[in-house]
Parts: sequence; C-alpha cells; structure tokens
Amino acid sequence: MTRYLAARAVGMLVTLTLMSFVVYVLIGLMPGDPIDMMIAGDPKMTSADAARLRALYGLDKPLVERYLAWALQAVQGNFGYSRSFGQPVLTVLGPRLLNTLTLAGLAFVLSAGIALPLGIWAAAHPRSRADYLINLFCFAGISAPPFWLALLLITLFAVFLGWLPAGGMADPRPGSSWIAGLGQQLRHLALPVLTLTLVQLGTYTRFMRGAMIEVLRQDYVRTARAKGASERRVMWGHAFANALAPVLTILALSFGGLLSGAVITETMFAWPGMGKAIYQAILDNDYNLALIGLLVATFATIVGNLLADLAYVWVDPRVSLGNDRS
Amino acid sequence: MIRRLLSLGFAFCALAAPVANRAWAKDELVLAMTQTPGTWNPLISSMLAKSLISNMTARPLTAYDADWKLVCLACTKLPTLQNGKARVIDLPDDGKGGSKKGMEVDVELRDLRWGDGTPVSSKDVAFTLEVGRHPLSGVASSEGYKRVIKLDVKDDRRFTMTIDRVTFDYNSIGFLLLPAHIEKPIFDANPAEYRNKTAYDTSSTNPGLAFGPYRMVEIVPGSRIALEQNPTWTGQKPYFKRIVVRIIENTAALEANLLSGSVDYVLGELGLSLDQAIAFEKRHGAKYNVVYKPALIWEHIDANLDNKLLADRRVRQALLLAIDRKAISEKLFDGKQPIAHGGISELDPMFSRAARQYGYDPAAARKLLDEAGFATLRNNVRQNAAGDRLSIELGTTAGNRVRELVAQVIQSQLRQIGVEVRIKAEPPRIFFEAMGRRTYTGLGMYAWVQRPEGVPRSSLHSKEIPSAENAWSGQNYPGYANPEMDKALDAAERELDEGKRRVLFAEIQRLAADDLPSLPLFFRVDPFVIPKPLKGVVPTGTLNSSTLWVEQWRWEE
Repeated sequence: MTRYLAARAVGMLVTLTLMSFVVYVLIGLMPGDPIDMMIAGDPKMTSADAARLRALYGLDKPLVERYLAWALQAVQGNFGYSRSFGQPVLTVLGPRLLNTLTLAGLAFVLSAGIALPLGIWAAAHPRSRADYLINLFCFAGISAPPFWLALLLITLFAVFLGWLPAGGMADPRPGSSWIAGLGQQLRHLALPVLTLTLVQLGTYTRFMRGAMIEVLRQDYVRTARAKGASERRVMWGHAFANALAPVLTILALSFGGLLSGAVITETMFAWPGMGKAIYQAILDNDYNLALIGLLVATFATIVGNLLADLAYVWVDPRVSLGNDRS
Repeated sequence: MIRRLLSLGFAFCALAAPVANRAWAKDELVLAMTQTPGTWNPLISSMLAKSLISNMTARPLTAYDADWKLVCLACTKLPTLQNGKARVIDLPDDGKGGSKKGMEVDVELRDLRWGDGTPVSSKDVAFTLEVGRHPLSGVASSEGYKRVIKLDVKDDRRFTMTIDRVTFDYNSIGFLLLPAHIEKPIFDANPAEYRNKTAYDTSSTNPGLAFGPYRMVEIVPGSRIALEQNPTWTGQKPYFKRIVVRIIENTAALEANLLSGSVDYVLGELGLSLDQAIAFEKRHGAKYNVVYKPALIWEHIDANLDNKLLADRRVRQALLLAIDRKAISEKLFDGKQPIAHGGISELDPMFSRAARQYGYDPAAARKLLDEAGFATLRNNVRQNAAGDRLSIELGTTAGNRVRELVAQVIQSQLRQIGVEVRIKAEPPRIFFEAMGRRTYTGLGMYAWVQRPEGVPRSSLHSKEIPSAENAWSGQNYPGYANPEMDKALDAAERELDEGKRRVLFAEIQRLAADDLPSLPLFFRVDPFVIPKPLKGVVPTGTLNSSTLWVEQWRWEE
C-alpha cells in the first residue's frame, strides 16, 4: 500500500508539473496580455508606460523563460502575486477555496446522500410509477440549466416568499453571537447548495439506478435469492457492494470538478468561490491566479481519482493495488 | 417521531425567517455592484469598482460634479488663471536650447485628517507624486504625475506645483492622495515591490488609509465590503453609520436581490443594464425612481482605414447615413439613449453644433456609394468596376447582448443599400487584441469613455495609431492621420482661453464628422434605480462617481 501511494504521489507530481507548463503556455498564448487590458481601460497610458509595465511584469521575456522563472519561485513556495488583487495568490485563493469546499462539499454530501438510496429504490422497483417519477425528476435536474434553476429558486424563495437571502455571504451584525452568524451563513448557503444539489442529483441517481439494475441481473444475485436470502440481504449484501464501484468513480471524479465547476452557481448567488475566481482571472489575464487556480482544480481531480481507486479496493476484494497476480 | 418532525419544522421556520425586513438597519445602507475591485491602491490601475468605494474613503483634490463643472474636493479653492492661483511661466532652460513655457498652480489643502488622526498634508502630495513618477512603482499611467516637474511646499497645507507645459486642464488634479506616514516606509524599502506590499492590500482596513466620510472595516473578497463612519472626517457628517457594498456580478441576480430587500440600492455606475432598468421601471416604478443619466461612454464603430473599401470616406459616410440610429434607440432603448454626433457629448461645454450631423437618409447613402464606384448590384451586394464586393466584417464583443442586437439591426439596415455586413462577435479580450493591434479587417463596434472637456487626442491624433514602435499603446484604432486634425488637437490642449478653445474643439468635431474615421452611434446612459425614500444620490455621468458625495445620502420617508 505504501509503495502504491508513493508511486501515485510521484505520478501526481509529474502530472502537476506538466500541467503547470501546459496551462502557463496556453494562458500565455491567449490573445492580449495584462498590459493590453490596462491600455484598453486607461486612455492616458502612453507607449512609455506600456513598455515600462511590460518590463516590470516580465512580459517582455519569452514565454518559456517566464515559465522557468515562475517554476523556480514556485518550488521555493513562492507562487507569485495576483496582478488584479496585488496580493499573494494563495492569500486570494485560500478563502475562496474554503468557500467552494463548503458549498460544493455540502451539495456533494446532500446529492450523494439522496441519490444513492433513491437510485437503489428505483432499481428495486423498475418500471413502477415511482420509478417513472424519479426518472422524470432526474432528467429535469440534468436538463435544467443551473443559471435558470438558480433564478427560479431566487425568485421563489427570496423575492416572492422572502424566506431566504437571494445571494451573498452572511453579514452578521457587529456584536452578534457566533450561533446567529452560523444561522445566517446557513441561510445564505441554502439556495446555492439546493441548486448544486438538484443539478447533481439526477446524474448520480441515474448512475446508481443503472449500476444496480445491471448487478441485479447477475447470476449470483439469482443464486442468493434461490438460497432464500432476504430481499434486504440481496440488495445491500450482494448487489449494492458490487454496484458501488462504478458509481464511486463518478462521485470521486465529479468532486474534483466541483472545485472549479460551480462557476455558474457561484456567480448567480454572488458566492465568492474558486470557479468564479479562475474564470475572472482568465478574463483579466491574471496569469498567476489563473494558473494556481487551475492547478488546484487539477490536484483535486487527481486526488479524487486516487480516492476512487482506493475505494475500489475497499468495496471489491477482487481488486488489488499492488502488482501481485491473482 | 411527531416531536422530531415538529422540531425539524421549527428549525426550518427559524432558518427561513424573512430577510426582506431590514428595519433594524435604518442607519445602514446595503449597496450592490457588479464588479469586484482589485488592488485598493488608488494609483495602481484604474477600475470603476475600486473608484466607487475609494470615493467614499478619500477624495481627489478636484473632480467634475453632476453639472460637469470642475470643483475642489480636497482643496479649499479651485486654482484658476482668473483668481491668480495659476499662471504661465517661463521654465528654466533644460540645456537643450530654446525657451519653454510652463505653469505654476497654487493649491491649499482642506483641513483633513487620515483615520488615525494624522493630518493630510503637503508631504502626502509630495509622496504621491514620487510614487506616480517612479518607473518601478507599477503605476499604470504616469503622465499626469510626470508633468508636475516641481513641487514647492509652502507649509503643511499649501504648495505650488510647476507643470512642464501650458495646458488648459492645469487645475484638474484628479489623483487620490497616499498617506505618506504609512506608505512611504514601504515604498522606500523597495519601490519595485511596492505594488505587492502596499498597505492598501496587506492591511486594507487600516484606518490611516482613509480621510473621507467612511473607512473600510471589513472586506470579504469577492463578496462584500463594509464601511463605517470615519470619526476624523471634517466635512458634513454622513447620515448612514454603516454602508455595506455587496458584489453581485450577474445582473438578473442583482435585480432579484433588490426586489427581495437583500440590497437597498444598486449603484447606477455598475448596476442594472439599460434594458433591465426600463423593464424594472415599468413593473416597479411606484417604489423606485429610475434616473437615466447620460454618461460619457461613447458607443461607436471604428473603421479600419487600411481596408481599401473603407479608405474612401464617401463609403464611411454612406454607412452612417444608412443606419437609422433614432429607430434603434427608440426600439431597443425606449429612446433613452441619446444619438451621438461625434465623440463629444451634447452636454459637454465643448460640443459644437456646427459639425455635420448625419440623419437617416438611405437615398443619400446610395448616391454616395454610386459616386464611390460601387454602382453595380450583384446578388444584392454592390460592387465596383474592379469586382470588389462591398462586403465588410463588423466585429464586436460577444456576451454584450444589447451590442449584439444593435449589430444585427445594422446588418439588416446596411443590406438595404447593398452592403453586406458579416458580424463577428468575439470575447472582449480577443476583440480588443484585434483592435489594439489593428488586425481587425473592417469595422469594430465598442465604446470609449471620455471626460468633460477632454481633448480626444488618444483616438484621433496620428501619433496615437498603435504600432510596434509605440508598444501598441495608442487608441487611434482606425489609423486616422490628418495633419489638420493633429494641429487642432495640439493647439486645443495648449489653449487657455475658453472661447478660443471652443473654436478649436469645433474644428476637431468638424474634421471628425467629415472624415468619419469612427461612425458615432450613441452615448450610453447610466440607469440609476433609486428607492424613493433614498435621497441625496446625484448621478454624475462622468468617471467622478456619485459616491464622491455619499455623505449626502439619507433615508427620507
């Protein structure tokens, strides 16, 4: 196990290094540079100003040279400054990462927690009315554009009913208790979490249902039933464990994607998270911020993948991590 | 089980208590805007979102008010030639031979104090100029600081600036001051690292960074900025104890926040779009005053004069004559967006009615195209004797729904006179890269921001044509070069007599209207959706935002 993890860690490091180079070059090759953006926004800038700033930000050097200089600093733990915010990249990204983890984490737990039992139930009662209803609900969730769903929920819960805030983060009144602050934060989280949950729920439920139906058709399930095992034992003891492996892959990979993929929900609910920060950094030519943001998202996806592999071993004894032959 | 369900129900009700009622917060105002401010240092980069906040915490020496008149904010009296506080002088010989004229401007600072009690003084002015001029400080536009070649400090509040040229805008001193007592040690330690180490970003809520009516007390990046009254502010006491500015980038969500009561007022400068405001007024006009303030944002179409079809000014004039701007404004903007006759607004004191104005006249447009040689119509597209089809690409920014709609209407209207328009909507950074490097092939539709009485040098002077030699920094994207225009622009900048300057401005507008390197479309309006009880908000329409007078904002039932 230790050997396996060490090998994966080395692979992860190599992937991140390669990704940093690819992302750096891709961002660098995009049209325009940060100084072009400044010129467009400040008619008073002169040619001398533009040349001075390009030299100051190192933009007058070749792309590979710039990458090597950045990489040299990065291995020493200095990931540079965000040009837009004038702050170290990690200072800018840290709170946003935490915000996204809170939002995406809650939505992930909720959607997985609802989707798995729902998928199993639908698989156990195929072509029943409830199954059709669940399917309809799933397809509605999958097909509803997140921005439309978000607007719908804001209109209903914030504008018409006035129950929940339309967006933003909690703004506790000075001197208020932490419980009141937590309550406010939960209220602010309610709608964005609900939006993300509804969007993911359909996909997860469909996967779980499909995997279960596939497993329930297997001979060993029929054998278990023939041996007189209870339906509960068949479902949870025999079918569920085997159906879980492919679903775990989807869950683990999608969690990595959530870090950078919640951009629409974050924008609609004014939730300052990673997805929004990466998107804005790319638009603003904020190289360092975009690069580190994308690397964090890559890292999360790789870790998600690793967790999925480890989970395989846990749910399926036939799978082994080492090179031992079976 | 029932008990559990009841507990859950109560918990939900507590969670879902109405948020619309913000009665407790009558001394608090919740604002919203659509952009996240970047660095807070007022000298490093210019950004409207930052200005909207900074204008509550500090004041420039001078600014244009709602009537577009220059007024003193951090100074006691506006220096002018008439009151003797400004004068033309002979500059000392710089060793290159020849005499040169410059100007001296006397300024007295108001009695102001930074939030930590330190007086705002001439030392702050000297330090701000030092940072502005330093090549490593990271200041974007250093020209305004560099033109002050000498600062003669008389005492803590009085100083004389020597300007290296004779210029009409000698008394427009629009920069915000930096607190020398906080920033100077950081700057002196390493000027090249100043932009990364400035206290504005490392300690943004330091009270010593503010001398305006408010100071920042909390910043949640990307979410909100909270401000509270600055106890050291010596001006009119603000009505609100606390102001919270929320960042909501999506305008539909912004509107929902306004309606739900989560937000009291959306800042007009960075708020709802015009079409949203028009629809909003129809639905909720009883509760809100919607003010459409004509701004200095000039929507226009640049013509690349390197394109041989567009090089003939008769073609450019024909294009403008065939665009029914009045109908577009009425249909798309409810007539709220005034038609532009050039880059200078009708509300600007320098606007000239003598310059040619183009109405909608497709017959005249057809005649001009015939004269330009595009007399043959083949497949509904005109072409000349050489077989060149009058087919032009119209680039614009993707994602700006209204602009894309205008492009489609223009395409349809120009088709009526036999001109084929191919619309190319691109992401802004790609579009502006093409404009700035002059690689766009035909027309480019976008907007420029002007300032009152501003000389349009950057967009019309031949030295401002972007090229590799000037590091692609000019903004004369059409590539327009006319010695008469250059002469008028140079003279207008130097002319101190308002009457004579008006004549030069008239000449600039005449030449621009005749040559049409850019086809004027509209002046944008900033829609201010102001709740009826909120008084004191005065939209300006200029880059000097309404928040410069935030201390006058108040609730009046």
